[in-house]
Amino acid sequence: MEIIHSIRPLLAILVSLAAAVLILFFGKHRNIREFWTLAAGVVKFGLVLSLLPMVLDGKAPVTEILTLADGVSLKLRVDPLGLFFALIASSLWIITSIYSIGYMRGLNEHAQTRYYFSFALCLSATIGVAMSANILTFFIFYEMLTLATYPLVIHKETPEALKAGRKYLAYTLTAGVFLLAALVATYSFAGTLEFTPGGILKGTADHPTLRLLFVAFIIGIGVKAGIMPLHSWLPTAMIAPTPVSALLHAVAVVKSGVFGCLRVLWFVFGTGLLSDLGVWIWLAGFAAFTIIVGSLVALAQDNLKKRLAFSTISQLSYIVLGGALLSESAMLGSTMHLVNHAFMKITLFFCAGAIYVNAHKTKISELNGIGRRMPYTMAAFTVGAMGMAGLPPVAGFISKWYLCIGALQAEEMLFLVVLLASSVLNAAYFFPIVFRAFFRKPEPGAGEDALPSGEASLFMVIPLCISAVVSIALFFAPNVPLHFLELAKTVVRQVLQGG
Amino acid sequence: MENIFGHANYFIYIMLMMIGLYGMMAKKNLVKKLVGMNIFQWSLILFFVSIGAKDGGTIPIVEGAHGHGHGADLLIQASHYVNPLPHVLMLTAIVVGVGTTGVALAVLLNLYKKYKTLDEDEIIGKL
Amino acid sequence: MYDSHFPILVVVIPMLVSFVVPLVGMWNKKLPFYMATTAMIASLATSIGILVQVLQHGPISYRLAGWAPPWGIEYYIDHLNAFMTVLVCFISVLITIYSQKSITQERPDKEVHFYCILLLLFTGLLGMLVTGDMFNIYVFLEISSLSAYALIAIGDEKAHFATYKYIIIGTIGACFYLLGVGYLYIATGSLNIHDLSTLLPPLYGSKVIVVSSIFFILGLGIKMGLFPLHTWLPGAYTHAPSAVSAYIAPLMSKVAAYVFIRVLFTVFDIRFSFETLPIMEILGWVAAVAIIFGSIVAISQSDIKMMLAYSSISQIGYIVLGLTMGNREGFIGSVLHILNHAFMKACLFAIVGAIIYRHGTRTIERFGNLHRTMPWTSAAFAVAALSMIGLPPTAGFFSKWYLVLGAISAGKWAFVVIIMISSLLNAVYFFRVIEHVFWKPRSGGIDLPIERNEAPKSMLIPILVLAIGILALGFASHWIIEMVIGQTTPAGIL
Repeated sequence: MEIIHSIRPLLAILVSLAAAVLILFFGKHRNIREFWTLAAGVVKFGLVLSLLPMVLDGKAPVTEILTLADGVSLKLRVDPLGLFFALIASSLWIITSIYSIGYMRGLNEHAQTRYYFSFALCLSATIGVAMSANILTFFIFYEMLTLATYPLVIHKETPEALKAGRKYLAYTLTAGVFLLAALVATYSFAGTLEFTPGGILKGTADHPTLRLLFVAFIIGIGVKAGIMPLHSWLPTAMIAPTPVSALLHAVAVVKSGVFGCLRVLWFVFGTGLLSDLGVWIWLAGFAAFTIIVGSLVALAQDNLKKRLAFSTISQLSYIVLGGALLSESAMLGSTMHLVNHAFMKITLFFCAGAIYVNAHKTKISELNGIGRRMPYTMAAFTVGAMGMAGLPPVAGFISKWYLCIGALQAEEMLFLVVLLASSVLNAAYFFPIVFRAFFRKPEPGAGEDALPSGEASLFMVIPLCISAVVSIALFFAPNVPLHFLELAKTVVRQVLQGG
Repeated sequence: MENIFGHANYFIYIMLMMIGLYGMMAKKNLVKKLVGMNIFQWSLILFFVSIGAKDGGTIPIVEGAHGHGHGADLLIQASHYVNPLPHVLMLTAIVVGVGTTGVALAVLLNLYKKYKTLDEDEIIGKL
Repeated sequence: MYDSHFPILVVVIPMLVSFVVPLVGMWNKKLPFYMATTAMIASLATSIGILVQVLQHGPISYRLAGWAPPWGIEYYIDHLNAFMTVLVCFISVLITIYSQKSITQERPDKEVHFYCILLLLFTGLLGMLVTGDMFNIYVFLEISSLSAYALIAIGDEKAHFATYKYIIIGTIGACFYLLGVGYLYIATGSLNIHDLSTLLPPLYGSKVIVVSSIFFILGLGIKMGLFPLHTWLPGAYTHAPSAVSAYIAPLMSKVAAYVFIRVLFTVFDIRFSFETLPIMEILGWVAAVAIIFGSIVAISQSDIKMMLAYSSISQIGYIVLGLTMGNREGFIGSVLHILNHAFMKACLFAIVGAIIYRHGTRTIERFGNLHRTMPWTSAAFAVAALSMIGLPPTAGFFSKWYLVLGAISAGKWAFVVIIMISSLLNAVYFFRVIEHVFWKPRSGGIDLPIERNEAPKSMLIPILVLAIGILALGFASHWIIEMVIGQTTPAGIL
């Protein structure tokens, strides 16, 4: 890979930091404040997009900022996987910003300045996570993400929200400590922390030690990735405002977790070492367990956001499973699921938020007949639900297809069964909602006022329609919007060549 | 026996030190604690002074050592004189000790004014 | 011309000014503050001059009155103490500027005395740093301790009792140190640190040397507040006036820690400390217990000063722990933590002082909505707290990084676990405060308009400088290590 020095990766991070400061400064004028949010989103997306041609050409833009320790610097490098994730996060930020405006204004929420401020910080951290060139830089942004999310989780400031915040911190900070120990140990063994396709740890220590190190890494990363039994902060954190849940808990935070997981699996340990150690099967086992149990628990939830949260937990493990199976198609499916799940899940969350703002309903049992009043919202919801179940013509089908082929390639029939069973379960917990919304009549006692008179504001409906359309577009032409498939193939090729 | 008498200075300083430590730890009256502290400090001074002393040694002033009078012709032997350095160090230590005692007494005075007692337990009860 | 006299000037300037302060204070109560600040700035400038000299030309040896060592007193400054001197001067200047408003409000009658004694304390700390003579260290140790006793005693209503406790225990510590010096003198006949370091190695088998090393560790352990010799520390830090806490907490124990390093790594060399006696093994576990003990007790405190004091006990544990690992990374971690912790604790205690100044409370439960009334102070608190927890990119993260690296290199996995647990405990008690400061309403509804009541500028600016310093030190840590701390690694450490 040809390295070119470029300041653009750094700018992509700084633009939302600068926006955060401006948001704080113009906190009293909501139009200017929200203008900065949107402007930063567009500029950031533009910057990330401008890196795409370079990466497709096989070049790696690098910004080296300063040295942190011998041989480790605060360094950004945009490789295909990093760019892949940065594209998802920055494109969804724009959509979410528009949606946030509608949501926050619709509910007349308090402390909106803090909300936009933290949001911008989160995005900086996420892009930082995506573009980190080594584990230390990754860790710095990863912890920054934890901290920037905390004010969003406790946004309501009720005792319940504070409790959720405490739980969130307890899980993520503990994970951070494990990650720190793991990365220091890696530095001590390998003398470098650079993400290298094929790994850096091979032959640096004996196998039992490396297995221990693997466990430490997975605990450190697995909390954000929601691998059971480390998942329980995620449903609790659903107390946050819906756009937060949408972007952070379906996209930025949890995706940083699974993204980190892929980084560790493929770029720190490397496929060769993982199969030598035999640890991939443990991780795949946990992921499979999470897929099934997450889906089963989701079935039992009546709160719409909670159901979505457990669905997220289950779907994230698709990515982890694909990463751990180490076969070519599984890896491709896993990478593609990063983007597919992001668009589909954000659509679902947007719909949940729109229903909440418009009709103040959070429970699934109250949604009878709502599809007639909010047809666009519920149509988008249907698209998302189909994608989750892996039905064509929604993008979810593609990643699931690759994952299943990957399981076959790895000759692990058990995991194939898990994937298929999960599709059925997904259908079982999403389609009743669609059915209720469109085909059930409203509860007789509730009266006409119980349902909203129409759609939520355009600020909310347009973003959710866009993300639904993109979810479908990703099925028909996974390469057209932003070359996702091509990037994913490059990633897999690199990793397999290296390891 | 010879061992004990030969090192009498060490035994005495350690005994004094233990008495001082006991006073500081076991006594409930704050003034007695201060007395203990003083005994503790003086035991150290005794220790330092004694290590500088020598049997038959004299004060380390060499008459005419700078080339006047008959002293210049004498061979100066260190064993004829006590070692002045520990003694000089102790001058400083005494000053420090006096300073510490002064500060401690001032604090005690304030404590007594406030609580009308110098008993540790009673003061803790009134805190 | 004068720069050859920098080592003595750095000590003498504040000492002489402190003698003049009471006289001037008799006719003008406002001047002493300016005199103290000026003297400290002069010392700071001098100390920077020294550091530059050391960086350019290597260690400086200064002979007092021209007497050659080991007979005369030698001031010997290498990278370690040059760096510590700058640190002490820098924090002193900031806290002195900060102290003006605080001390005027808390003890208006003691203003003049405060600056006089503060300068003496400063002199004592600097003297301990620059001198190369064991007995000289004792003298300066006692100068600084005596001044500290006096400063703490002017605190709140419980201060006198806490001071008395400190006097008794502190004197035992100083006497133990002096005993250690005495035994070394018996064995070698020398008091000069570098003379001792050459005279001692052949004598390592001697019991006298072993006894003296134990006395040193006990004495300095008391002065540092190393668990279980820490009992004086919480009361002294808590009941002192806010400005005094903000001065003593970051500096006194750090300078004692410096002497500890000097004794264990320069006077005795690494061979003695690690091989002749299992001192380091034992100290490592003592430090580990200190870290956990301090953190756990800190969690249960409702008085924020008490909480910070116990947190200091735990942080002293970090410093000692790094030293006991016996490798370069651990040593660097310790020295870096001295620097970082000085900034963090100065910042935190200064913030507490500012809160007391405006709201008159130090009970954590009553900090609700502080971020509305004192937004800048609250932000600085958040930065310092995150650094205490050790989250990147703050300074605290980098010392933790080196400590963990040291523990792993030494193969001491238990210590890795201890540091991990301790970070989490730190997170528990600091996030408890953060929750109160940022999210808990003080009274009634959430959006009550609350009057902005930020600390006065002379207090706020030092706080912000320290907070920015915490962030900057994080990013500059590698540079600092390369330039300064890396050069201080004692001989024999890999």
